[in-house]
Amino acid sequence: MSVATTAGPRPETDAGPRHAASDSGVGYPLTRASGLGLGLAMLWFSLLVLIPLTAVMVTASEAGWSGFWGTITNEQTAAAIRLTVGTALLVTLVNVVMGTAIAWVLVRDRFVGQRVLEILIDIPFALPTIVAGLVLLSLYGPKSPLGINVANTRPAVFLAFLFVTLPFVVRTVQPVLAELDREAEEAAASLGASRFTVFRRIVLPSITPAIAAGAALSFARGVSEYGSLVLLSGNLPHKTEVTSVRILSSIENDNLEGAAAVATILLVISLIVIVTVDILQRRLVRRG
Amino acid sequence: MADLSVQRGHYRRGPGAYALRLVVVAYLFLLVAWPLYLVGRNAFANGFDDLAAILTDPDAVHALNLTAQVALASVTINTVFGVGISLLVVRYRFPGKGVLNALLDLPLSVSPIVVGLALVLVYNGRTGWFGPALESIGLQVIFSGPGIVMATAFVALPLVIREVVPVLQEIGDEQEQAARSLGASAGQTFFRITLPAIKWGVIYGVVLCLARSLGEFGAVKVVSGNVLGSTRTATLMVEEKYLNFDRGGAYATAFLLALIAVAVIVSVTLIRPKDHR
Repeated sequence: MSVATTAGPRPETDAGPRHAASDSGVGYPLTRASGLGLGLAMLWFSLLVLIPLTAVMVTASEAGWSGFWGTITNEQTAAAIRLTVGTALLVTLVNVVMGTAIAWVLVRDRFVGQRVLEILIDIPFALPTIVAGLVLLSLYGPKSPLGINVANTRPAVFLAFLFVTLPFVVRTVQPVLAELDREAEEAAASLGASRFTVFRRIVLPSITPAIAAGAALSFARGVSEYGSLVLLSGNLPHKTEVTSVRILSSIENDNLEGAAAVATILLVISLIVIVTVDILQRRLVRRG
Repeated sequence: MADLSVQRGHYRRGPGAYALRLVVVAYLFLLVAWPLYLVGRNAFANGFDDLAAILTDPDAVHALNLTAQVALASVTINTVFGVGISLLVVRYRFPGKGVLNALLDLPLSVSPIVVGLALVLVYNGRTGWFGPALESIGLQVIFSGPGIVMATAFVALPLVIREVVPVLQEIGDEQEQAARSLGASAGQTFFRITLPAIKWGVIYGVVLCLARSLGEFGAVKVVSGNVLGSTRTATLMVEEKYLNFDRGGAYATAFLLALIAVAVIVSVTLIRPKDHR
């Protein structure tokens, strides 16, 4: 089991803080055994995540700034980056509206079959991405029962992003909405505020950090998407080719430097998102 | 989760509420439910023939087996690591904890292709940072089992942590301290006090981690080499079959994977206590 549990008995008179640590800077000082556990955990985390991600950035920098710039401004690559970021932004916008609406319906409405909706929200998260592509292809592909065929077009990229990013805004907004105090809303309504005014002036300010955190996660997920596009978008250069596919073709052509340069763009986006979400979550905790 | 607390605040629904409900249901139906149903129908377009063909084809069975083994390894690693690091982050203080906390979420937002590339850059046997040294002692990582496991473990890494950390924070450490002061060892305290208290968090984390591990595609595609009957996993098989016009086989395999995903989500929704989330 966990290495961290082998910590030796701590003297009760330990000067450590009495309360459970939930903030950084709070908690017990490391004992020898827990320090060892931390060391082992960090070793694994470094070997698996930190060193490989550093290798991406180092490899990208080896070509120098002009080499890096040349790679990412290559016409085909730049088109892929524009398509990916643009579509991810658009999808995030849709998610902000629809995700909040879905969270609202799940928390405030009651009807038969609501649990089915709960399950549907999480399915894109658990479904293998290649299967997600196939799933979308069966309704929006060549044999669509609706007569809508988006396969190998830009709307396919939009659709795939929309599918895989569905849970993020819903799942960050839902718990905040559920714990919201209804009294202020009732007071405002009794003073004659319309439903929309109540939502805009009372509910929205409280859930905005959650919406923003969900939006950031959804953007990051969209930008990094690969699997669901493979069968759906056709990966046509300049048209439906996204950044991940561009990186993969560089890898397959044994151009690891080029792949690393483009990958660095995605990594920087991920890092910005992580920092943004971290800040927003701190704000959420403070409000809660 | 449909929260019980909602029932308290009964209020009149206007036409707007019904319209919103309709929009949300229609959206989810068109985006998730209907497409998912069609995959099931396509998988059984020829009765059970396609499914039977998958389950009797040795290469397909090998791919499914490999996926199961890789997922098991990834889940085991991430559970031990996840529970351990959650305890350390919540109960102890050390320099750099805030940064570590943020970095632990990083794998969720890194593109699977970038994950694969990152592992190739460090572990490939020719030009990798550690690859040649590891191969000289007989350990091949890229294009082999360890690489597939690492890629899968990478993408699923935060899932157990994200479920366990909030539970650990919520339960506090008073009971643990009490057990310690009564003379329980660290191991006893963990297995008798902490683990039972965080049990559900760990179970959700493991279940989500399992789903993610079974379904990983992009990162595995980069590191595995996709060799038929050797390093081809189930998700790679779906792509290969679809592109080779074995649509029936692709849908049948996709159906199996989707079935697992849906089962995972349904079980999490059902076992999650009402007051959770």
